[in-house]
Amino acid sequence: MSRRLKTGGRRIDRSRPVTFTFDGREMRGFAGDTVASALLANGQLVMGRSFKYHRPRSVVASGPEEPNALLSIGEGARFEPNQRATVQPLWDGLVARSQNAWPSLGFDVGRVNDYGSKFLPAGFYYKTFIHPRPLWKHVFEPFIRRAAGLGAAPTEADADTYAHRYAYYDTLVIGGGIAGLLAARAAAEAGDRVMLVERQGHWGGRAPTDGATIDGKPAAEWVNDTVQAIDAMDNVTTILRCEGSGVYDHGYILCTEGLTDHVAEKSGPRQRLWRVRAGRVVTATGAIERPLSFAGNDVPGVVLASALRDYVTEYGVSLGERTVIVTNNDDAYRTAKALLAAGLRVPAILDVRTGVDTPLVNEIKAMGVRVHAGRAIAKVHGDGQVTGISVCAQSGDGTVLQEIRCDCVAMSGGWSPVVHLWSHCGGKLWWDEARAMFRPDADHPPTGADGKGFVTFVGAASGALTAAEVLADVTDTIGGTVPVVEDTAEGPIQQVWTMPEGAPHKLRAKMWLDYQNDVKVSDVRLAAQEGFESVEHAKRYTTLGMATDQGKLSNINGLAVLADRLDTTIPQVGTTTFRPPYTPVTIGTLAGEARGVAFQPLRRTPIHDWHESHGAHWEPVGQWRRPYCFPRAGESHAEAVTREIRNTREKLGLLDASTLGKILVRGPDAGRFLDMLYTNMMSTLKPGKCRYGLMCDENGFLMDDGVVARIDDQTFLCHTTTGGAERIHGWMEDWLQCEWWNWKVHALNLTEQFAQIAVVGPKARIVLEKLGGMNVSADTLPFMTWADGTLGGFGVRVYRISFSGELSYEIAVPAGQGRALWDALITAGAEFDAMPYGTEALHVMRAEKGFIMIGDETDGTIIPQDLGLDWAISKKKDDFLGKRGQQRDEFQKADRWKLVGLETLDGSVLEDGAYAVVDGRNANGQRRTEGRVTSTYYSTTLDRGIAMGLVARGPARMGETVRFTRIGGEPVEARIVDPVFFDKDGEKQNV
Amino acid sequence: MLLLTCPNCGLAVEETELAPGGEAHLKRFGPDSTADQFEEYLFLRDNAKGVHFERWRHAYGCGKWFLAARNTATLEVYGTYSAQTTEPPQHIRDEIARRTDR
Amino acid sequence: MSEVAVRAMGPVGMITLRGALETLAPAVEAVTGCAQPAQRLSTEANGRRAMWMSPDELMLVCDHAEAPGLASRLTDQLGDAFATIAVVSDARIVFELTGPGSASALASLMPVDFARLDPSEVRRTRMAQIPAAIWREGTAWRVMCFRSVAHYAEALLRGAVPA
Repeated sequence: MSRRLKTGGRRIDRSRPVTFTFDGREMRGFAGDTVASALLANGQLVMGRSFKYHRPRSVVASGPEEPNALLSIGEGARFEPNQRATVQPLWDGLVARSQNAWPSLGFDVGRVNDYGSKFLPAGFYYKTFIHPRPLWKHVFEPFIRRAAGLGAAPTEADADTYAHRYAYYDTLVIGGGIAGLLAARAAAEAGDRVMLVERQGHWGGRAPTDGATIDGKPAAEWVNDTVQAIDAMDNVTTILRCEGSGVYDHGYILCTEGLTDHVAEKSGPRQRLWRVRAGRVVTATGAIERPLSFAGNDVPGVVLASALRDYVTEYGVSLGERTVIVTNNDDAYRTAKALLAAGLRVPAILDVRTGVDTPLVNEIKAMGVRVHAGRAIAKVHGDGQVTGISVCAQSGDGTVLQEIRCDCVAMSGGWSPVVHLWSHCGGKLWWDEARAMFRPDADHPPTGADGKGFVTFVGAASGALTAAEVLADVTDTIGGTVPVVEDTAEGPIQQVWTMPEGAPHKLRAKMWLDYQNDVKVSDVRLAAQEGFESVEHAKRYTTLGMATDQGKLSNINGLAVLADRLDTTIPQVGTTTFRPPYTPVTIGTLAGEARGVAFQPLRRTPIHDWHESHGAHWEPVGQWRRPYCFPRAGESHAEAVTREIRNTREKLGLLDASTLGKILVRGPDAGRFLDMLYTNMMSTLKPGKCRYGLMCDENGFLMDDGVVARIDDQTFLCHTTTGGAERIHGWMEDWLQCEWWNWKVHALNLTEQFAQIAVVGPKARIVLEKLGGMNVSADTLPFMTWADGTLGGFGVRVYRISFSGELSYEIAVPAGQGRALWDALITAGAEFDAMPYGTEALHVMRAEKGFIMIGDETDGTIIPQDLGLDWAISKKKDDFLGKRGQQRDEFQKADRWKLVGLETLDGSVLEDGAYAVVDGRNANGQRRTEGRVTSTYYSTTLDRGIAMGLVARGPARMGETVRFTRIGGEPVEARIVDPVFFDKDGEKQNV
Repeated sequence: MLLLTCPNCGLAVEETELAPGGEAHLKRFGPDSTADQFEEYLFLRDNAKGVHFERWRHAYGCGKWFLAARNTATLEVYGTYSAQTTEPPQHIRDEIARRTDR
Repeated sequence: MSEVAVRAMGPVGMITLRGALETLAPAVEAVTGCAQPAQRLSTEANGRRAMWMSPDELMLVCDHAEAPGLASRLTDQLGDAFATIAVVSDARIVFELTGPGSASALASLMPVDFARLDPSEVRRTRMAQIPAAIWREGTAWRVMCFRSVAHYAEALLRGAVPA
């Protein structure tokens, strides 16, 4: 049974007890504990169940590579699944729950999968659940999803906030062990702006645990002194609990800082995403110990040797009383030393090597520990916890030579440098056969904008194994003075991937590679046998390395097994690609401030607040919010729209048209420029006049429309659609800057400078006259003209233009006065029954008049000629944007779909987007079509459904009947008519 | 994420402040052009793996367009230069030659 | 956070000037007293600030009430030169941030290296999802953005936390 030791634990503060719960049981730990160490202290060895076989699992590691101990942490709005107990700091009141076990962690019915595991080999899902097909969706998939989940998804909105931070440094050092500290100090002393981040809540990494003397001081003391020296420099930023998550192109690095994950008091942002640009990235990310593959290497109590050392010395907890150590290298002997120092027993060390005569080994032997050379573990006994091991010869087939009673097994298969951050952006690796590890290849670094490498690596991350090597490596790479290190030299590792060497299938089927996904040595061998020889294929077939730890423990071992089965070498097999993030980053952290009102910028007009307080139902138009209609109490949206239309056609409507784009185009070449941009001739427009214009892209497709007003000889004001202002302004700038840069034209986007209000309806003129200040009569201000003046004391520009077919004035004032003008119009208009109307009334009224709407009648494949707008295309101009495109053969075809009006025979409203169908099928077996609906409404004015649509040879087929699809019903018959349904001669607008 | 220096305002800015504009140095063909010329202008792109000349607009900054010579495979940037030119300037060509030669 | 106070300023006068800077600068100096600003920088005189916005654009920030008058004097001063003057006071709004954490709070929203900004620099950049410009006015920071997104901008600034 695991327990808290009487003494020891550099990280914990025994004077500060902390209470937490696990699966509802109250437990105690100390400040400084991780959840994992606290659970161990409470005798809770089993912390989770594996993904596929539901085997009981305990910690195998002590850091972020932990694959087993995944817990749900927190409750309600702060619930988060799949948190690694090994890196989750303990705080008072923490609530932890186990996952993937039902009904309980101690008794899990899913364990039945384990007993039937020989029927669940690699690729099992692919092979078994294919037939019969219908069962997949309704039976297999729901079952698998329920059985094979990790933690549950949170059900409440996250209570926490998150922050981002952009940061710029010459050097970013990732990792605050002795290598990172020395690198940061050296870079800072050389004058760099330096950022140093460390994943854990303390500096120093493994060195203080592993014991070395640096510059005559114990490692821990050297670490403290170095941190102080660094903190005293004002060109260094140091951050704890901050992990290097990903390295991206051109020196962009994301680091994730935990701000409140370690404390009970949750105030301020929970995490901060550092968005760093660095000239140089130094990865000092250390190394990860590898498990060994032997039968039963996943039984609770089997743990990495370095992790056990951490638990004992850092947290003062043990996993068992009697620990057998199994290793292929010297480093594991340090664990024996730590265990003995803590008063725990080490009945045996099984060392696969023979004839090892190194200081570390001899030191441990001298302490009375029996070292069995050339020996391996044949099998681990026990279920919920290790009860003993069978010993065999490494070179044999697993014949048991001896049984040893123990409750803990510490294993070491050697070390893998953490090369993830080096590799994220393309850094290459090389295989060091002597050290049995992939190491960063300094000759092939990730390259930046200047084509030179921008990532370097130091310390254990580079493959250095001892403190002396680590620090010498830093000064070689970064500079500075090499500290004097007293450390114990290590003997060579022996490459051992499975034990024993000749293990039969029965043993291989109990050797775990990927603990979380339950991938075993036998599965990888099966994948190879079935032809999945590429490492990427084998990975996907077996799910090796696809768990939340992304193969941190399993990948190298898996590669070795694959290489062995394919009778090739590990570098020949190669590695899978390392991708960011290094460990999972919560979505909230990536989203940062972009939540709630800051989720996206919603644009508001100067009159927005009035609309809101008058019950506007909103419609998104691009990023703008525009009132769709203003429903009154008890009124449906449709009823509101009907009322608004009727009132506007009969009396007076007010529309907030502020969102329309307003681009000032000015200069000696302004007319020439607009002649190129619009299909019409704009240069002939007289000052004081307005003209409706069309803009096409070079394909000839219609992209925007609007009214252009000529202000003076050199100045035009171009109106664009609501969504088009920025795009069209950018379009103008593109041509002015990149094609006709000698033309003297300025284009200024003044959209937001002005509020614009459409005063529409038979009473429009009367209400303006009531406001008074300028002549708005038909003679002085006829249709399609504009004038500056004052109205009701406001300095205004009035455009006599109409999108409704009614007498209409659009009045522009500086945005700051928009609301006041609106209020004045509402007040003055009261006696004429003035009523605001929204975008839907606008749409219906324009459709009644047969006016096209960009985005309804156009979809990026429509030329103006398709819409019967030939009248707006100049025949006199040699060139305009889109002219050549429109000359293409496709657009000359006689059966091109062209715009017509549509009236259903029964008066009903056609469905939006409905297709006109004809008998027969096309080459793809689909129903043949001859047109589609582009706009369709109930016309209040005509009391019937009206629509616009594109129909093959439509304008030549007036009066013909075509059939339109209706979802779930029979086709609807509609007659082809003129698209102008109402006031065909324009008498109403031209009064 | 790319970092490009806008030659118009002298700032090295990240990709999120820029708007891409596709291949640079296209020659516009208008109404009198042949179908082949028009196709070349509107549709045919080099899509090079390697040195590429491209258009960028400093959309969140000075609003000006500029051109960049960049390697699409390594993302190395050889230089940025004015949009008011029909071909890469000599200093950019020299830089590309110097760096691709090494 | 108490380290930063955010205040939406009232109406601010703004005039956009487009044209060759050597054309614009003498007129600006004559009318406002502000010297020609160097690339990305700004100059100050008589409570007005002339800002370099792009190679052919300046912005004059002044008192809201005097903007139309200044604009017409600038227009007169420039005469027939190829230049465009427009009053844009109502198109944008300005926030002021005061307190020691201001720059740090802004650095949570915009990809700007604050340590490398010149004291008179006007940085046009991206603030979260919108265009914005920032500059220093004494010890305070000013943030300018389009009027329609003022609500969003204010939410960003009030939520911004110094690191």
